[in-house]
Amino acid sequence: MHEMSLAESVVQIAEETARSHGATRISLVLVEVGRLAGVEIEALRFCFDAASRESLAAGARLVVEQPDGQAWCMPCSETVPLSSLADPCPRCGSHQLQVTGGNELKVREVEIH
Amino acid sequence: MCTTCGCGTDHVHIDGVGHPLARAELAPLTGGEKFAAIASPQATGHLGVHAHGTPASRIIQVERDLLAANDSWAKLNRERFSAHSTLCLNLVSSPGSGKTSLLVKTVAQIAGQRPVGVIEGDQQTSNDADRIRATGVAAVQVNTGKGCHLEAPMVARALDSLPLAPGGVLFIENVGNLVCPALFDLGEAHKVAILSVTEGEDKPLKYPDMFRAADLLLLNKVDLLPFLDFDVDLCEANARRVNPDIEVLRISARSGEGFDAWLAWIEQHIPALSAATGAKGDEAAP
Repeated sequence: MHEMSLAESVVQIAEETARSHGATRISLVLVEVGRLAGVEIEALRFCFDAASRESLAAGARLVVEQPDGQAWCMPCSETVPLSSLADPCPRCGSHQLQVTGGNELKVREVEIH
Repeated sequence: MCTTCGCGTDHVHIDGVGHPLARAELAPLTGGEKFAAIASPQATGHLGVHAHGTPASRIIQVERDLLAANDSWAKLNRERFSAHSTLCLNLVSSPGSGKTSLLVKTVAQIAGQRPVGVIEGDQQTSNDADRIRATGVAAVQVNTGKGCHLEAPMVARALDSLPLAPGGVLFIENVGNLVCPALFDLGEAHKVAILSVTEGEDKPLKYPDMFRAADLLLLNKVDLLPFLDFDVDLCEANARRVNPDIEVLRISARSGEGFDAWLAWIEQHIPALSAATGAKGDEAAP
């Protein structure tokens, strides 16, 4: 349940952004959480609601984009889709995979007032 | 606060720090954060998510990594370890894998030969730090309250009351949890995962993030194998499925089996002493 720490980081970053622009309220936060990032989205939403209380982001909508997982397969020498870190390459069955996408964890945009 | 596992925004207690620390005090941004794209956020007009925005609202592009603050602290910790030629190992496992027993036996064997320190992470109690101190080794307890993992700024604060002598080893025993600690870099040289043979062979497949993040897997309690149906080879194969490069050592904190190999592994990974060692800590070892 590291979602609480992540939610606190989301609020911290959103508040700093708002303050640096002289805003008094945040109505929307857009985050990118890759499908391989090991984050439970519903838990993140729940924690965001809790962590944003009494902050500028209280009541803000949390919009989550979830990029698909992908990896570079060394034997195939190409990028392949990956739905879990425990999965082999869907083409050749190898586990010699370097994750290249789907592990994103960032705040992309904030709507301020 | 969280109804799923009870984790929350509780205060953190660290030995040597007089008062409980709230998050903002514990983990302010260090100023060295590397953010993904835009250093100074620009006002822009596209979000592409929904029709939004009152005339008074603005969309600010941020592009900041959620772990940037933690990673920035981890970098500072790593520089500190490097400057003192200290090997830092982050021990991670489920609760009950025998992590503390293994650590007690390990520090007792190293202590006569090299400087050793321990940072103990638990939600509550100083029981584990007390067990370490009973061996004569310095230990700092960090109680995370309802937090389920250690974060880099907690380690930074703990280090303030744990002097590093050159050429030594610092063990960080993370909170018993195979999920959350995988994501948080503490500045360690290596994560060492501990899995006991009284658990399931398929744990590496169930918790792939942790076994991918680890460089070494210690299979503990192997003295119990005659009484169990645990398939050690299958477990090792599962670990290599999620992390082909992981090293595996079979060990028993109770019988001492496998300790020679574990101690040799530690010895191999201790950084060479540099000329700057013991100095102020601003010159990194090679």
